[in-house]
Amino acid sequence: MTPFARHALSLTAIALASLSLTACGKKEAPPTAGNEVIITIGHAAPLTGPQAHLGKDNENGAVMAIDELNSRGMSIDGKKVKFVLVSEDDQADPKAGTTVAQKFVDKKVNGVIGHLNSGTTIPASRIYSEAGIPQISGSATNPTYTQQGFKTTFRVFANDIHQGQALAQFATKSLKAKTIAIVDDRTAYGQGLADEFKKAAEAAGAKVVAQEFTTDKATDFKAILTKIKASNPDVLFFSAMDAQGGPALKQARELGLKATFLIGDGGCTPEFIKLAGNAADGQYCSLPGVPLEKMPGGTVFKDKYQKRYNQQIQLYAPYVYDAVMVMADAMQRANSAEPAKFLLEVGKSQYQGVTAKVVFDAKGDLAAPAVSIYQDKGGNWSYVETVDAAAAAK
Amino acid sequence: MDIFLQQIINGLVLGSIYALVALGYTMVYGILGLINFAHGEVVMIGALVSYSVMMVLVPSGLPPVLLALISVLVAAPVCMALAWAIERYAYRPLRHAPKLTPLISAIGVSILLQNMAMMIWGRGYHAFPDILPAIHFDIGGAQITLLQTVTIGLAALTMGILAWMIQRTSLGQAMRATAESPAIAELMGIPVNRIITLTFVIGAALAALAGLMVGANYSVAHYYMGFMLGLKAFTAAVLGGIGNITGAMLGGLLLGLIESLGAGYIEDLTGGFLGSNYQDIFAFLVLIGVLVFRPGGLMGERVSERA
Repeated sequence: MTPFARHALSLTAIALASLSLTACGKKEAPPTAGNEVIITIGHAAPLTGPQAHLGKDNENGAVMAIDELNSRGMSIDGKKVKFVLVSEDDQADPKAGTTVAQKFVDKKVNGVIGHLNSGTTIPASRIYSEAGIPQISGSATNPTYTQQGFKTTFRVFANDIHQGQALAQFATKSLKAKTIAIVDDRTAYGQGLADEFKKAAEAAGAKVVAQEFTTDKATDFKAILTKIKASNPDVLFFSAMDAQGGPALKQARELGLKATFLIGDGGCTPEFIKLAGNAADGQYCSLPGVPLEKMPGGTVFKDKYQKRYNQQIQLYAPYVYDAVMVMADAMQRANSAEPAKFLLEVGKSQYQGVTAKVVFDAKGDLAAPAVSIYQDKGGNWSYVETVDAAAAAK
Repeated sequence: MDIFLQQIINGLVLGSIYALVALGYTMVYGILGLINFAHGEVVMIGALVSYSVMMVLVPSGLPPVLLALISVLVAAPVCMALAWAIERYAYRPLRHAPKLTPLISAIGVSILLQNMAMMIWGRGYHAFPDILPAIHFDIGGAQITLLQTVTIGLAALTMGILAWMIQRTSLGQAMRATAESPAIAELMGIPVNRIITLTFVIGAALAALAGLMVGANYSVAHYYMGFMLGLKAFTAAVLGGIGNITGAMLGGLLLGLIESLGAGYIEDLTGGFLGSNYQDIFAFLVLIGVLVFRPGGLMGERVSERA
């Protein structure tokens, strides 16, 4: 090694070391800067892997809310507060999810927003509950999350019970279905949604004339569809993802099965239409929530989001934005960012958010969740109507 | 009654496809005594290559039947080349190794092909274009589409040609001789290695056709589709008597019928205790049943002879 190279190398090493030192210094900032109180909000979602685009979208929603709160200049108990977002990657993996949760607890975050998936949200919620930290999810739909008896779990998104009930109401009232056939893929999602749908449809007076099952890897549905055809139902509810729903619809039409086809949010995708082809025309799907254009603050939020990130909203960003706002609102009303103190106030929220007016029921679910129905018209899902899922339940 | 008839039609279509794939298993087993577990993945590659070719050609405005024809003319050589390579590099070096070794090699090749397909075509499901106009025929209340009729017909025709080739041509004679005893066939001047390669390649051509049929009939193709299909076709080959060509055809058709009727009637038969989600169980019940009660299969005797 020449002397020059040796010097250059040692200089680089010193430069790198000092850089990392300053970086560390920044990270370890004291919780109070002057007269400002720092409030830390934890956010967890998959930021890597196949669902990273959705996780990043959630994070963007949270960042927008935090920035807005900070620019507005909130003060609690006479002191100016500054919100700081700590965003972690849970990889959509239950194990990583609990690790992240433990990390948040150790860091003593004031509240948690997330996680994105039901599979990570449910195991993590136990850890937050034990630490007494309020948690609001903007995207996990599995009903179990809020049914565990924890006082810390909240959700600003319709769950699978709501969706099943809304679909059943749509089938019986709007489509006037008397006889219904159900197929599900025996996954936690498909089976759960099918069960709720069945209960609600029967309560509304429809008759379930056939119930069949498949798997989430199947491609041949002809045997079960032939059975269904024999019972000649008005509506066929297919509770599975798009990859099964699309081909199943096509095969149903080949067999001459004429029932109106209905699928949940797992099939409410462009992929479904691609797989079903022309057969999808005129058929229906559902998505929790209302379309962005119909949300109270939807168009304003959409413009702000697109301006800032120069891309379309994927799915849940407005809900995550609302989740942060609901939490900050509860802190304001409790006049404290202490989890034990503002937790009670979260449950009493009456917050007019971007997506809807957020009011929770006793379990922490939305008191008036909405579910919207879409119909394929010429190869695109277009909005049909919004069902008040809570009213559908009554 | 039309439900029963409809299930028979579903079963015949499914069975024709199983039979085409089962032929690939049975021919290779007949000659090498090797279960080529990568064969299902060759079918999958056949389906995905046909899909890609059709997607490329769709804008050209050619009639769909022609698209299907061209796609199979491309997919078949691709699958044949693939089968040649698999035989040459994964099996031939292990020909004199203990029986378990090439079997593990086969499983390895199958996983390799799945991952390759995932990298090329992605994880998603691909919508197969319609290759024939949606014409229905009504048979006693049951619907049979033009595509289903063609599928059954084409499978029967292909199998007929294969049977004729094996029984009547000198190549078939060489194949049968190699199956009987590779060493003696070699002494008689039969190029055994070339015959083995040819067996693989013919099986792959049938697999390509089967891949197109699966894609067209169930309108979807994806990287994972070869696994279960391969296992079921293998079961069909065992049911018919592995190593026996006629047996594979019969086994395939029977298995397709058993599966369709089983899924259709299992709920009534068990009083609702088992449901149609057990559709995949029948192949494996059949496999276990055959292995326990008639290891040679319906038509084969050679397994017991060899063992």
